[in-house]
Amino acid sequence: MSDPSTPQEILRALYDETLVGNAPRVLELTRTGLDSGMTPESMLFEALIPSLEEVGARFERGDFFVPEMLIAGRAMSGALDVLRPLLADTGADSVGTFLMGTVKGDVHDIGKNLVNIMLEGAGFHVIDLGVQVAPEKFVAAIEEHRPDVVGFSAFLTTTMPMFKANINALTKAGLRDQVIVMVGGAPVTQEYADAVGADGYAADASAAVKRAKELIQRRRSAMTV
Amino acid sequence: MQTILSSATRKVVIGPDEPFCVIGERINPTGRSKFSEQLRAGDLSRIEVDVAQQVDGGATMLDVNMGVPLTDEARLLASAVTMVQGLTDLPLVIDSSVVEALDAALSVYQGKALVNSVTGEQDRLDAILPLVQRHGAAVIALPNEEDEIPDDPRKRLEITRKIIDVATGRYDIPLADIVIDPLAMPVGADTSLVRKTLETIWLIREEFGVNQVVGASNVSFGMPARAALGAAFLPMAMHCGLTAAIMDARTPSLVESVRAADLLLGNDAWGGRWIAAYRAKQR
Repeated sequence: MSDPSTPQEILRALYDETLVGNAPRVLELTRTGLDSGMTPESMLFEALIPSLEEVGARFERGDFFVPEMLIAGRAMSGALDVLRPLLADTGADSVGTFLMGTVKGDVHDIGKNLVNIMLEGAGFHVIDLGVQVAPEKFVAAIEEHRPDVVGFSAFLTTTMPMFKANINALTKAGLRDQVIVMVGGAPVTQEYADAVGADGYAADASAAVKRAKELIQRRRSAMTV
Repeated sequence: MQTILSSATRKVVIGPDEPFCVIGERINPTGRSKFSEQLRAGDLSRIEVDVAQQVDGGATMLDVNMGVPLTDEARLLASAVTMVQGLTDLPLVIDSSVVEALDAALSVYQGKALVNSVTGEQDRLDAILPLVQRHGAAVIALPNEEDEIPDDPRKRLEITRKIIDVATGRYDIPLADIVIDPLAMPVGADTSLVRKTLETIWLIREEFGVNQVVGASNVSFGMPARAALGAAFLPMAMHCGLTAAIMDARTPSLVESVRAADLLLGNDAWGGRWIAAYRAKQR
């Protein structure tokens, strides 16, 4: 098989190799694309993101499994490391900063990590606080990083009440109005998100990205009015 | 070390020289949206089916978790425990992170229950261990703290030591009534993690000789052919010192792998139970 050389072939190959999580090949193709004059945006939006979305869709359908999601994400991250500085060069705005963490008492991180991957792919600057993140740690990180959105993840019905505890801590620290709060995780529902006073909820990783963008858009336009 | 649990009429012993304790995981609304809705509406009827299937599957105990958001979990858990005790004489694992729910359920429980669970943070120990002591229950303890689940088995061992010191020292809970959950992590997320869990189980047995339980289904999370993974994991973990698992008791191949390991590890004298189970299936 000959090496891809036209932009169309490179995009196709990037898409295919991301889908199977071939990190070294994705990195190589990214560099080849840049060398041949392709823009970082085209590779990101016409190959990497659609490929990761397909990975997400296959996972939702039960055709893909956790390790396949993770290696695809890793392949994409490798390409992003190369593309990110160039995206900044072209003056493309960062979509926003997203502070993420699994709530105190909960150690599940697979779902959270998948959302992080999708957010990064969509152009977010993601700061991940890891698992078992206590309310005061969220507060301190929000003060330090001033994110647009903070995301609370919980995989257990027993740890979901931490959403409310976290939101109370933000209110007490005077930060509630300064950040969009999103919640998610296997047992979480829209109804529960509303009940605890979150601004947004999404059922899966790609929906989370869409919702985060919408909420940021809404907030920015509200501020400019 | 023998951990003895009971219902009003039946006793179960967890221990290294006992048949492995199969704790049915199914009475739990996590990931079961229809069941959650029913419970929220106060309809507990589905529990009857869950109990019957797990008893048929060969469970030795049943875990009861009623973590339904936006409900009075204390009331729900107490009702469920009373209901399950009316349906089976298997001893129960009472599963909640809400202290009031544990208290309410332990108050109505007939016999000696196993509480699931306490972690290493001081405030959790001080909230849950007095309850365990007051109700004369046993408790599952997880060696994780505030910031992390340590990957390093030695670190988990240190947190285990701290929990055991507090439970036996400050709260007078006998060592035999502390069951450690060394934390089984999903192999799909990182293929080096199960080895670390196995090492941890081994170290904790060598150091403390206590009984150990894991949530076995977590190991195969996000992977295909989950029963086969569980059936490989459990015998390995049993060899290292695992004496119980909260697991899928409705899948025959999984329960069978555990009973095979009982025989292979010398916990089924003359293969009596293995042969009896075979005969029962022939009929």
